[in-house]
Amino acid sequence: MNEPNKEYLELVKKKMPKSHHLKTMFRAFWVGGLICCIGQGFNDLYTHFLGSKMPEEDISTLVTLTLITITVCLTGLGIYDKIGAYAGAGSIVPITGFANSVASPAIEHKREGVVLGLCSNMFSVAGPVIVFGITSSIVVGIIVLIFKGAFV
Amino acid sequence: MIVDYLKVFLVGGIICLIGQVLINTTKMTSARILVGFLLTGVLLETVGVYKYIREWGQAGATVPIMGFGSNLAKGAIKGTIENGLLGAITGGIEAVAGGIAGVIFISFIVGLISSSKTK
Repeated sequence: MNEPNKEYLELVKKKMPKSHHLKTMFRAFWVGGLICCIGQGFNDLYTHFLGSKMPEEDISTLVTLTLITITVCLTGLGIYDKIGAYAGAGSIVPITGFANSVASPAIEHKREGVVLGLCSNMFSVAGPVIVFGITSSIVVGIIVLIFKGAFV
Repeated sequence: MIVDYLKVFLVGGIICLIGQVLINTTKMTSARILVGFLLTGVLLETVGVYKYIREWGQAGATVPIMGFGSNLAKGAIKGTIENGLLGAITGGIEAVAGGIAGVIFISFIVGLISSSKTK
């Protein structure tokens, strides 16, 4: 194994321009903010047309589904990867990043077959998210069960 | 109206900016970022802070993966209060069932249709 030279790494760190951080942070900020605004736009649209028939939570699920559908289609067309290269965390942290993390490996590994390529690679990134999500929600449920009085 | 969208932009943007700072300083992979934000969302919802962020930032708080985590916790709390232990187990995933089912279904269909590009 070739361990990278410590002095070399420090040199790289020094040479890396500071503005790099600021630039990526700014990009993440405005793209992430914009994605959330798009979500808010759909939310307002659905509330306007369906608000009388649907509870708020169902509308929020519809917004999530809309954003997921758009993202997966953009991933299929190869556009979301370009957004990701520009925006960094701005495209990872919103729910669209989660959708992209399901669709992107699925498409990439499709040539290894539908079952072993497409389906099993769907969860290479999303798997941990779902495992941690479900586990933590059950832990929360059990905590609530024990200290029920505090949450009612 | 415009003020509302500014708030959404600000809250969503700041959450993503924190993610970018984490990537820049710790070189975390996207899976770790997603898990980290998800668990933060679960925690903030459980202690009751997230609902204030959601009230102020609306979609700025629900669209990031933290909102997904807060939905999980919200569902688990609601389920437990209504159905006891069974609700504790099913409540969380019930609340996000739409999102997970949707993302699996659509990714599968799009995966079947689109051709894999060599990278």
